[in-house]
Amino acid sequence: MMKDISEDIAWAKINKDVLKSLENPRKLYWVILFIAIAMVGVAVGCEVYQYNIGMGVANMDNPHMWGLYIATFIFWIGMSHSGTLLSAILHLMHADWRKPIYRFAEAMTTFSLMTAGLFVAVHLGRVWQIYYAIPYPNGRMVWPNFQSPLLWDAMAIFTYLSSSILFLYVGMIPDLAIVRDNMHSGWRKKLYSALALGWEGTDRQWRNFRVTYLTIACFLIPLAVSVHSIVASDFAMSQQPGWHITSFPPYFVAGALYSGCAAIITLFIILRYVFKFEEYMTLSILKKIVRLTFAIAMVWTYLNLIEYASVWYGHDQASKDVLIQKATGPYAPFWWMMNFCGSIVPLLMFFKRFQTNIPVMFAVSLLLNLGMWLERWMIVAPTFSHGYYPWTWDHDQWPSLIQWGIVFGSFGWFTLLFMVFCKVFPSVSMYEVKEMVYHRKQATKKLATAGKGAH
Amino acid sequence: MSVSNLLENWSEFRHLHPVDDVPHDPYKWAMSIDLDACSGCNACSVACYAENNLPVVGKEKYAHGQAMHWMRIERYWDEDGREFPDQGAQFLPMMCQQCEAAPCETVCPVGATNHTPDGINSQIYNRCIGSRYCSANCPFKVRYFNWYDYPTTDNVWPAEMNQQLNPDVTVRGKGVMEKCTFCIQRVTVAKNNAKNEGRIVHDGDVQTACQQACPTSAISFGNLVDKESKVYKQWKAQQVELDKDAQAKDKNEEGRSELRGYRIFEELRPYPSVMYLERVRESAV
Repeated sequence: MMKDISEDIAWAKINKDVLKSLENPRKLYWVILFIAIAMVGVAVGCEVYQYNIGMGVANMDNPHMWGLYIATFIFWIGMSHSGTLLSAILHLMHADWRKPIYRFAEAMTTFSLMTAGLFVAVHLGRVWQIYYAIPYPNGRMVWPNFQSPLLWDAMAIFTYLSSSILFLYVGMIPDLAIVRDNMHSGWRKKLYSALALGWEGTDRQWRNFRVTYLTIACFLIPLAVSVHSIVASDFAMSQQPGWHITSFPPYFVAGALYSGCAAIITLFIILRYVFKFEEYMTLSILKKIVRLTFAIAMVWTYLNLIEYASVWYGHDQASKDVLIQKATGPYAPFWWMMNFCGSIVPLLMFFKRFQTNIPVMFAVSLLLNLGMWLERWMIVAPTFSHGYYPWTWDHDQWPSLIQWGIVFGSFGWFTLLFMVFCKVFPSVSMYEVKEMVYHRKQATKKLATAGKGAH
Repeated sequence: MSVSNLLENWSEFRHLHPVDDVPHDPYKWAMSIDLDACSGCNACSVACYAENNLPVVGKEKYAHGQAMHWMRIERYWDEDGREFPDQGAQFLPMMCQQCEAAPCETVCPVGATNHTPDGINSQIYNRCIGSRYCSANCPFKVRYFNWYDYPTTDNVWPAEMNQQLNPDVTVRGKGVMEKCTFCIQRVTVAKNNAKNEGRIVHDGDVQTACQQACPTSAISFGNLVDKESKVYKQWKAQQVELDKDAQAKDKNEEGRSELRGYRIFEELRPYPSVMYLERVRESAV
């Protein structure tokens, strides 16, 4: 059996290897960073244009009121669930293998939420009035509408974002102290000294730290479930054919975990190479995430089929028409592609020989996320194209390059944030990897003594 | 800001129209449209453009589905084998149905669309942030979004046309949702006049622009609470009730109703305020 981590890595070496990632990554890092900035530039240009001229340049119309913005918004919200899954849920389940990879998964959570939040702004017709959606104190007693799922959305996302930032930060404190102690003096030393909050690693500090971390983890799990259920409510609570489906919340949560796990595989492979983390992000760990992803893929497939079945056998002809429209209309290529990428491609993960095959897994993980992005688009767009009655049908609308540009740029924005984070903060949890190595060593020692006793 | 504060305001903010709430008194504005009288001439739509300062967006934007016609005539060709120009068509004048339990109202995150006490679904342009959720949830798709800043878009009201802008109606800026208001500016004037004279609005005191322009008088508009109004009488005669999601009508011996009145998507329970009178088909005569 492969080991998650080798038991003979010295603690000093762990420090050294991880700290190195703050100093000299491979050249590829700078290439990625440059491409990301260029992509963000494209999106900023598109947004400035749209802001000045009006939403019309996105080529939305009546009935296509929402477009790629909302689809991509759901995509990024979904992406954020993996971090919580890995760090909070697996933490409570004592799955040790999460330790070398949970830090970057958590960073992913935070940054994908930040990206998603931008889409709300990009989508609004009057983004300069966005604060109307917040229940802020005002003399005229004007409230937002607490009945609106969009308002719940705003609240859920704010809560989730602030909690996940807190979680990411608290979990990083012991590591920040290590970085502080090993940094040459300069602005970075000052930054880490401030962020480490005077951590010395005393017994008392460790005890408080554990309790705090566990508490936030417990707090975060229901939040993660609720946030995507609420995003699902945006659709399920509406009255439109193809949206008004009871199973949407669990379907969305499964989809969220699915795309999140797929993204973890992608980033795992990139980080492993770029920051030379081969010793910590081992193939054995990759295998475990792949298996987890496969399981979630099957859950998603099941819920997806449930959705089709409940629409097909339901009495709502309008919903059924939308489903038929998805499978045969102008969106058919994307719809079939989504089903292929979401349900067929992950079957590769079933085979052991592919589970640790890096090029195959990289390609698979990208395809899975393509499928999941298409899934969100196929939830949003076909309903708009094929409403309740013929006048509201519009099968020809196609998002303009402005929309595509902003969606494209959002990937750059996420990558930019993520890459900067990995360069500034330790993206592998040093103290938890040490724990892991320690436990591993204890286990081998026990095994060895047990073996001796038998003789 | 306290929880009780929030709850107190909340009850003022939202009503459960029309089934669970105080009845409309003294006004509930409603319409009935006789499709048998409608010739599809589009005069109502033109009148609406003039009355409500609707931007004329031009061919290209119209083709993009970005037209702003609050009142539109939907045309459905008869499919009985005849070719154009002999082919017949049906016309459906469609505007905001002023639903009592409006799907658009509950979903607006900022509460920019609300129900007025006299049963009109209002839109507060200044409050709207342009999330377009209302339109997404509208089964009739009668809400129109300002995709561009029409007041400054040069071809919308060319030089002389801006002279005919109605001073009683605001010109909407970019990024807000708008829709048929049942000519609320006219209704307000009529209500104020009546109030000054110490009475309520009589039937015929107020006409909507589309009603006024209709050459065949297909559109009637009035107060559904007022038992003397034409609209009330029409709804009554057609046995269409505001707070029902399925109408119990008298049946003939074949088990079918001979009454022509119906509301669109009643079964979705938005409780629309517009009743249509079915066209008498040639085949049925």
